[in-house]
Amino acid sequence: MPTLTRKEVEEIADLARLHLEESELVSMEAELGAILEHFGSIAAVDTEGVAPMTHAVPIDLPLRADVAMPSMDAADALKAVPRRDGDLIVVPSIIPGSAE
Amino acid sequence: MFWTISEITRRIAQGEITATQVIDDLATRIQTIDPQLGAYLTTDTEGARREAAEIDRKHKAGEPQGPLAGVPIALKDMIVTKGLVTTAGSKILAGWVPPYDATVVEKLRAAGAVIVGKVNCDEFGMGSSTERSAYQKTLNPWDLTRVPGGSSGGSSAAVAAGLCTASLGTDTGGSIRQPAAFCGVVGLKPTYGRVSRWGIVAFASSLDQVGPITRTVADAALVLQAIAGHDARDSTSLTTEVPTFSDALTGGVSGLAIGIPREYFGEGIDPEVRAALTETIKVLKAKGATIVDVSLPHTALALPAYYIVAPAEASSNLARYDGIRYGTRAETSDLLELYRRTRGAGFGPEVKRRIMLGTYALRSGYYDAFYKKAQQIRALIKRDFDEAFTSCDVLLTPTTPTAAYKLGAKATPIEMYLGDIFTLACNLAGLPGISVPCGLTSDGLPIGAQLLGRPLDESTLLRAAAVIEATVGLGDKRPAGITGLGGGS
Repeated sequence: MPTLTRKEVEEIADLARLHLEESELVSMEAELGAILEHFGSIAAVDTEGVAPMTHAVPIDLPLRADVAMPSMDAADALKAVPRRDGDLIVVPSIIPGSAE
Repeated sequence: MFWTISEITRRIAQGEITATQVIDDLATRIQTIDPQLGAYLTTDTEGARREAAEIDRKHKAGEPQGPLAGVPIALKDMIVTKGLVTTAGSKILAGWVPPYDATVVEKLRAAGAVIVGKVNCDEFGMGSSTERSAYQKTLNPWDLTRVPGGSSGGSSAAVAAGLCTASLGTDTGGSIRQPAAFCGVVGLKPTYGRVSRWGIVAFASSLDQVGPITRTVADAALVLQAIAGHDARDSTSLTTEVPTFSDALTGGVSGLAIGIPREYFGEGIDPEVRAALTETIKVLKAKGATIVDVSLPHTALALPAYYIVAPAEASSNLARYDGIRYGTRAETSDLLELYRRTRGAGFGPEVKRRIMLGTYALRSGYYDAFYKKAQQIRALIKRDFDEAFTSCDVLLTPTTPTAAYKLGAKATPIEMYLGDIFTLACNLAGLPGISVPCGLTSDGLPIGAQLLGRPLDESTLLRAAAVIEATVGLGDKRPAGITGLGGGS
């Protein structure tokens, strides 16, 4: 298994939407590298023809009747929003140059 | 406050004590003792008194009571509670007041339980010592220089010290059983799907389960009874009928085939843990069990498989913490930067590490080498268990390789992960597992025996655990690490 490069750590942090400080990037490179090296043993395991187990218990996708049910009150659902304007959630502009 | 559930409900039913008195006594006790331990993140004495007053009113009016009427229960802070701050041990959820109760909380309330507060855990359940909580360390009541285990360390410490009668924990790779072993209490991880996960802060959705942490096996059966069963809001919840778990308690082990997986008794086990397990096996045999030597050949692969599958699922689950709908938010004028800064500031080091590991494993081009491979190994591990259960009814192993270790003893992530070696496979295979105390080390630290069962066979686990409890269990021994514990009640 390959160890990680600094560039890869930065790429993964970007994919994970994580801002890492310089010191975190340094420790992450060493720690993740060590973990991946340790877990590299799995590469040698013969899994030819073994179906991947995605879930602990085989369950068919359950369906329910398409019936409207009471749901959470909108005011309750919005209570914890860090920034809002009435019933609208405020976020920075998604298209650069446009308003919030 | 070391009464069992049946002692509390009987005393309240017979008018010896009121539910309000139980809560008042407990509130005083938490105030006196918890500053030494750090088990609680939030207490809700006012809410608990209100619920207790309702129990007392029903008692006076002669109205029927639920099976847990007046029983004080603390919830791991991974369990969502309406109107009561829920943080999952993370700064990113600091101050979050959920607008709903988890299904297990609704069920506990319906059974008459009184929710007394929220207890500490490793951030998002990611840790084995509760040292990874963003808020505080919780100490082991048997020795304050040691960890209580994790991630449900607050639950186990609170139950062991009599700061609640029972607690609910969550278990993704051993987070109920390992702290139960370290704190000398009983911890039960139900079969995957037995208990609803709706309203549980998600860590790794194909592995997570909620379960009881209690002082006795009988109490574990009662709490499991209250929370088990199908829930339409959790699509992985099973529709299978729920048996009466308490019926199993008096069954004994006569005629039971108990498998001893040799891979769980190899190198690296503390000699005192090994000796306690050897004694437990001897006693079970004397009580009529048949001891069977079994092999689970892929055991060593559970650790790498788990630490790929769980972080992969976590990296996806934790994508929801983006500073938009709830939780903390870092203000910037750029949306992507808002996500990055919010998450960078809100998550602690272990959570970041696992998100990074999971993102790496799921990345295009690496998926087959890591995630798919780990899922194939998961299938091999499950096969091992299926094969073992053709020759035995239940498996017996140590819960942990050692008793509770010193705070700060596990310096690197890998050292910490290796401590989970005996508990991970159970989650990968979706099996039920229980940890029950089976003795003390010469330093007076609890040792846990783990029983693993066939899917949905919690009853056999409880049956065998009750025998271990009655023979090599801790009896009336109480944690020696803290002052003011008291005895009797």
